[in-house]
Amino acid sequence: MTASRDRAVIVGIGESPYARWGGIADRSQFALACEAILNAAADAGLPPSAIDGFASYSDDANDPARLMVALGIDQLRFASMVWGGGGGGSCGALAHAAAAVESGQATAVAVFRGLCQGQSFRFGQYHAWSPDAAFTAPFGLFAPAQMFALLARRHMHLHGTTSEQFAEVALVCRDNARRNPRAVMHGRPLSLEDHQASRMIADPLRLFDCCLESDGAAAVIVTTAERARDLKTRPVHVLAARQGSSKGWGSGMLGGHNMPDEIYATGNARVMAGELYGRAGVTPEEIDVAQLYDAFTATVIFSLEDFGFCGVGEGGPFAADGNLRWPDGRLPVNTAGGNLSEAYIHGFNLVVEGVRQLRGQSTSQVADARLCLVSGGGSVTPTSAAILGV
Amino acid sequence: MPYLPDTLPFPAPDMDAAEFWAHCRERRLMFQACGDCGTAQHPPLPVCPACQSTNRVWVPAPAEARVFSYTFAHHASHPAVRDRLPYNVAVIAFPALPGVKLISNVIDAAPSALAVGADVELAWDAGPDGLWLPRFRLLT
Repeated sequence: MTASRDRAVIVGIGESPYARWGGIADRSQFALACEAILNAAADAGLPPSAIDGFASYSDDANDPARLMVALGIDQLRFASMVWGGGGGGSCGALAHAAAAVESGQATAVAVFRGLCQGQSFRFGQYHAWSPDAAFTAPFGLFAPAQMFALLARRHMHLHGTTSEQFAEVALVCRDNARRNPRAVMHGRPLSLEDHQASRMIADPLRLFDCCLESDGAAAVIVTTAERARDLKTRPVHVLAARQGSSKGWGSGMLGGHNMPDEIYATGNARVMAGELYGRAGVTPEEIDVAQLYDAFTATVIFSLEDFGFCGVGEGGPFAADGNLRWPDGRLPVNTAGGNLSEAYIHGFNLVVEGVRQLRGQSTSQVADARLCLVSGGGSVTPTSAAILGV
Repeated sequence: MPYLPDTLPFPAPDMDAAEFWAHCRERRLMFQACGDCGTAQHPPLPVCPACQSTNRVWVPAPAEARVFSYTFAHHASHPAVRDRLPYNVAVIAFPALPGVKLISNVIDAAPSALAVGADVELAWDAGPDGLWLPRFRLLT
């Protein structure tokens, strides 16, 4: 693929080890973030001091003020944070970085997410997510599993979606994790029977419908196609990356659930998806592999519909028909195991895996993958997504 | 005994939402609406989403209400609910007030009795800090 020399590309990827929450206790969350960024710079063949921008999301605690000193940054030119908690901003942060390098504000931006839930707090426990929490907490609506359960139940009511169809997403992710030694759930096979026998968390979502809670960090380095010529890796083009939220969505799933009725049981990404494909100049049919944000199995079903891989209401049958399976499905998803089975790095590990696919380096490599869609956490404001290509 | 313990967290509402809760203390379920175009809005906002008027008024919740979606929580995400599992959380819709949905609980619904579309009626229940919470019961 050729693109204008001014367009954004990803030239480096880096990760820390991933572990169950609380599993990394011998070094700080900040140390993990540094490790991931340093690994990404080394992968790119870029001296860390040449990084001149940082972008993150979800109120990441590893702020540029400390990072620039620890990494020996020569001159900081860009620092940004995407609004909103959870993983909604993963590709939004990538979009910030792309905008920064394409507009000349910075030359090499590290986009990252680093979290040790054992050192901070567990996202699965009560937390006052939004100013609307007064309208949810007194009624016992505390945790993302419960919030997404309300959307999942509505989807089942409208479209006949079943728990077994949700389960297929969990089984696909676990199967991919089987081939990925970095995955927290590597070597832990999962069957449909295991899923159906797992304890109910928030009806209809069972334990294995829920993502992991993890410690770890992941990062990529974004620069321009022009500058990438001097670096050692094959650049992966950011064909499109953007944020979005549909009219009236508001804090939606995290707040009082006052999203418009007709899009309530969605990932809040339909309009943004159309704009994303338009910007990239590609169609859903051309996407070879996708990394779809999987805080819960149901969120992948919503994304399949939002991003046009199937019709509205068809996400459950589309999954159950084997379309998400590696290597022969129409659209292999979450090929490193995703948030469900690799690690819950708020979906930044999905961005990293998207790059690996286009480099031909995935442990579940899709043959001749040229286009990968990555989505950020859905049903929030803003959600985000990106289309990467080679 | 209230449906959920009155020790549940009640994060302080912001200034725009304070009047909603003041009405609840008097056991009146009122929603915010636009004094100019009439559009109802929840949670409360200082500006009408339809016409951007700042003329905010309060209207009584319609009696007719139904379950838009629901879940039964089987896991205690807060220690205060440990001995109340499973409990339900429901999204309540008001057909006469499109655009308004309220997070609440259906206090008398066994797991097999709750369904999307079920008709419910308001049933005030004791909440944290001396509040009355707008909960609902199934209409039979």
